[in-house]
Order: sequence, then C-alpha cells, then structure tokens
Amino acid sequence: MNAEKVVFAFFIVLALTLNFGFYIGDIDNPDHHNVYELFFAIIISMIATIMKFGDRTHIGAVLLATSLVADLQLIIAAFIWGAATHVLDSGMTPAIMASIVSLTGGALLANFTSVVLLIVETALMRH
Amino acid sequence: MYHVLFLLFRRLRRPITVIIIVYGISILGLTLIPGQDNFGNPWQMDFFHAFYFVSFMGSTIGFGEIPYPFTPEQRLWVIFTIYATVISWLYSIGTIFKLFQDANFNRLVKRTRFNYRVGRLHQSFYIVCGFGATGSRIVRQLNSHGIKTVVLDASRQLIDQLESEELSLSVPYLCDDASHPDVLELAGINSNLCIGVLALTANDHTNLTIAIASKLANPNRVVISRTQCQETTDNLASFGTDYIIDPFKIFASNLLLTIQEPYKQILHNMIINPRHNVWMSPHQNMKGLWVICGYGRLGKALHKLFQEHEIEMTFIEIDPVGTEAPGGTIVGTGTQAKTLLKAGLKNAVGIIAGTPDDADNLSIIITARQIKPDLITVARQNDTFNKPVFRAAELNVLVESGRIISNEIYILLRTPLLNEFFKLLAQESEDWTRALIVSINKKIEYSEVDAWTLTISKYESLAVYDAIDEGISIKIGHLISDPRNRKTPLPAVPLLLKRDNNFQLLPNDDTKLRHNDQILFCGEESAQTYMRWASNNHNVMRFIRNGRGEPDGWLWRWLTEKKRARQNKLIE
Repeated sequence: MNAEKVVFAFFIVLALTLNFGFYIGDIDNPDHHNVYELFFAIIISMIATIMKFGDRTHIGAVLLATSLVADLQLIIAAFIWGAATHVLDSGMTPAIMASIVSLTGGALLANFTSVVLLIVETALMRH
Repeated sequence: MYHVLFLLFRRLRRPITVIIIVYGISILGLTLIPGQDNFGNPWQMDFFHAFYFVSFMGSTIGFGEIPYPFTPEQRLWVIFTIYATVISWLYSIGTIFKLFQDANFNRLVKRTRFNYRVGRLHQSFYIVCGFGATGSRIVRQLNSHGIKTVVLDASRQLIDQLESEELSLSVPYLCDDASHPDVLELAGINSNLCIGVLALTANDHTNLTIAIASKLANPNRVVISRTQCQETTDNLASFGTDYIIDPFKIFASNLLLTIQEPYKQILHNMIINPRHNVWMSPHQNMKGLWVICGYGRLGKALHKLFQEHEIEMTFIEIDPVGTEAPGGTIVGTGTQAKTLLKAGLKNAVGIIAGTPDDADNLSIIITARQIKPDLITVARQNDTFNKPVFRAAELNVLVESGRIISNEIYILLRTPLLNEFFKLLAQESEDWTRALIVSINKKIEYSEVDAWTLTISKYESLAVYDAIDEGISIKIGHLISDPRNRKTPLPAVPLLLKRDNNFQLLPNDDTKLRHNDQILFCGEESAQTYMRWASNNHNVMRFIRNGRGEPDGWLWRWLTEKKRARQNKLIE
C-alpha cells in the first residue's frame, strides 16, 4: 500500500472523471455544462500533470505528453468561454458553447489515454 | 541536457502543486461569495474576473478591487487568500534558489555543459588529465599550434586557474576525478575524434586507471603517461601504454649526456628545448666528483645512471635510512657549509641540489658557491611560482620536471620521428655531432630550430605524390628548394629518412623520393610553410623542377599541346 501510488492514480482518474462529467450532455446547451465543473477539471488536470514530471522512463514521458495535451485543450476552452462572455459582442451562443464542449471532448480522449497508460504500467509491474 | 531539466521539474513538483491548489481555492471562493455592483445590486463574480484578480494579488501587484469595490464578505475571503498566495509564491521561489545552490544540481549542470562543449569539437583533440605544471604547459603549447584539448583535473584550485585565463574559451574543462570512467566518457574518450590521452596527474594510481580506460576504449590510440616509480612504469608498459615518461630518469640521462657527450646535448636542446636553461660551454671540464643533495627520485635516478657510467658521486641526505641511501652518504641537508665540506665539495666539479624543497635547494647552491665559486651548479625547481628566484640564481642547469615532461610529450605528439633520430644519434660520435651542429648553423640563422616531418602521401604532399605516380623523379633537394627562387635552398636540413621501417640519417639531397617516405627536417618555421606549400601545389613543384611556370588548366594545356605538335611538325 504505497501512498504515493494511490495519490498518483487518484488524481489521474479524478481528472478523467471530472472532464467526462463536464463533457456529457447536449453539445450546445449551456445548461448542461457547469462552469464549476470545468474549473475543477482544469485544476485537477494541472495537478495531475505536475505529478507526472520527473519520470525518466518512456512510458512516463508519454503519460506526461497526454496530460499536457489535456491541459492545453481545457485551458483553451476556458479562454474561449471567458472571451465569449466578456469580450465578444455576441455573448455566449450555442455555437461557441459547442466549440467549448468539443475542445473538452478532445481533452477527454487525452485523459482517457492517460488512464489507459496508467493501467498498462500497473499491469506490467505485477507486484 | 534533459537530465538537468528533469531534475529541475522534479524538485519543483511540490511548490507548483501548492500554487495550483491555493490559486484554485482562491478563485473558487471569489466566484462563490456574493458581491455588489455600484448600485447595490447583487453581482456574482465570474471565473474570468476572479482569475484576473487572484493573478495580480498573488504576484503582489495589487491593482485594486475590480470591477466594483468588494463587500465585507469578499474582503474577508481576500485576506486569507492574500497570505496564502504570497506565501506559496515565496515557497516556490525559495525552492528554486535552493536548487541552484544544491551541489549535486550544480555538478550536473557543469557536467552537462562540459559534455556539450566536447561534443561540439568537430576536430581531433587530446584529453589531458591533470592541469598541474606539466598539464598546463602542454595544453598551452598544443593550443598555440591550433590543436584542441580537453582538460580534466580534480583540484578546484587548478581549474580556477584555467578558468581565469583566456585559454578557457577554447578548451572544455571539468573539475572532477579523471579516474572515474563516467568522467572520461563525458570528456569524449569514446569519441573517434579523440586521438590521444595524456595521463599527467600527480597520482600514479589515477594515471594507471586513465591509461587502462583509454586502451580498453581504443587500443590503437596514443596514451602517454607520467610515472613516479618503477612499479608504475612496469605496470603501464604491461598493457601497452605508448610512452611512459619518468621526468627524473629523463633528466638524469640528459645530465649524463651533458657531462659525457656535450655536443649531443647541445643538438638535443637546439631542436627540442631552445630555451633550456643551460649555460655551459662544451669545453668545460665536467669529469670529476659530483656532490648530490637529496636522495629522492632525482637522486635515485642519478645514482643508477652515474653508477653505470662510473662517475664519482657523494650523496648528502637528511634521512639516509628511510630513503635507503647508499653507503658513504653524509647526513644533513646540504644547506650548511660543514656538510658540504665533509662531502668533499672542495674537490668536486659540480653540485646538484635535488631536494623536494625549493628554499633548501637555493640555499645549498649559494652555500656551495661560497666555498667553490667555479662549481657547476644544478638545481631542481619544484614549484612553478619560484621561477623568478631560480632565474636570479643563474644556475648552470635548472631541472623543472614540468617542463621536461611537457617538452617530451610535445615532440612525441607532433614529430615522433625525432625520437628515432635521437636514438640513432646516440650511436654516433661526438665529432660527427659537432659537424652536424656546424652545418645546421651555417644554413639556419637563429638558434631556435623547429622540427617537422613531411610524409609523401596524398594528404600531406599531393603534388610530390602525383609526380612520383607519373614517373617523374623528385629528390629531397627539390623539397628544400625555395619555391620563390629555385636556386637558393630553404633554411632547412633533412635529418632522417624513414622508408619501410628503415631509417637513414642525414639523407643526401639527391635521394629520390618514393610513396610513403617520411622525412624529418629541422629548420626555421618559415621553411616549413614554404615546403608544405610547394609539395602540395603542382605548379610550384613543376617550377622547382624545371624552372618553367607552365600554364595549367584543361583548355590551356590542350592549346599548348596543339602548339607543340605544330612546332614538332615544322621541325620534321
């Protein structure tokens, strides 16, 4: 029972679940996508990325890469949201909402890959 | 390179996580806590403004309460977040500073940078281990001739000395123990461009390790090592170290040569050691009793050699039992007149101050001179920084082990044929040597003579090589001709010809050259430049041979052929 491994896996899976929770629902309906969930998804995803730093193995490098991809997409989604509500004249439209959700969909796939790699790494080390 | 970044990120994991969590909580709180706009209406802060506010709060910029002044609840929350964010930033920055002061991190950075610099040397280089008196000299010598070196030394002090010179711009260096295989790897011992390894540290065991590592990595690469005792010499020889240099043995044999065959020593110094501090005329009497102070490494080497050649000597040693000095050794340092007199200085022809202490050596010389002013004085200089004092003492011969080794190494690396020449010279007579010196002096004005080897090969002397291919006979005399004026010779003398492992001293000017011949010349530096130019340039070579500066180039040759054919037809 290794505390570090528990924490590591916890954050990776949490990032995936929060991301999925935000993503699910009608793609252009703002009521189906809670901004707080996106916020937490970003925070947890960033923490999960930090936890993957400093691993010199190949699988560690790929894990870090997928995390960075997820972070990137989520942050861009957040920026678009912020720009839509404060900067643009149109405000939040279904089209923009759809863009935001599709970006988080991409991040979801990256997080999913992260979890798959985690499972692979765990399976390889059978102790 | 990446190792450094990885280490950096690894250490920064906790601080960055703390910042993310603290920022997250602050932003969240600000979005949840209700605010008020200018008219008193409730207003919820959104993430965009919350992030903006926390950003400039955390970095202690603090623009102000945006977009409306905060309610008391908001202000209460902000109090907590101010302390939390600022402290978490300080923690992160503190961790970064601590990391840069970390010895392991610094060592990693230095090694990475060193390896990078070594990797960027895209020409052949030597690895020099040990930057003491010998190492620093040889590195400077090689550097001044454009040869690249890589320096390793475990002493922080010596590396600092290198760092402060302008040498540090062209020489990659690392302060680390050269006997560690990973350090040697960083220095490029496995690289194809490394053409030689010099083990010049003060520790025999380290030198052994370096030599072994090099021979294992590349058995054909030149390894030169310094040695301090016979055991190490034998050990080094057993696995094929190319050159093993024992400075005291070299000095002892040089001194013997000076005593018995002075002309040979003069020739030796002319070529190798022009600034050797020898003020002695070959006519001076050097046969007689020698008083030697100190039975250390120099004393032992002298003892062995002088005994073989039946030269009288008396030793003065402060610890005869510990150093196993021979019978008849006078106990003492030699700095006192009575010790010297007991050793028979009044009847001696020369005194050698060979103790490991510079002050003692100088004192011995001064005392000895007071007793007998016309004594031949020889002293050993241990530390380079005592040079001015020793120079002021105006000794006949000065032994600087650093200079001896570095000069030997320099000729071994640049002109290995010189070694062969001196071996053959040892078998000739004094008169022969004297005649050679006279003939060299006739041709060459200056007393500082350079030595170089010219190989008849495609790379070094293309024009000569091609000419021999075409059946034209090129003689040594052609090489010595001045390409600007073919009737006058260059200031150079051919000393040795090596052909298929046969050596010929002082080859004749009429000797016809063949492929793969190696000729050792001595002469002025300018002569070498002209000679190399001539041997690589077909036109110049042709001019030297027959005085005709014929045109070259395909078109011109075709035209001249036609012209000559027409002329021949006319004659017919």
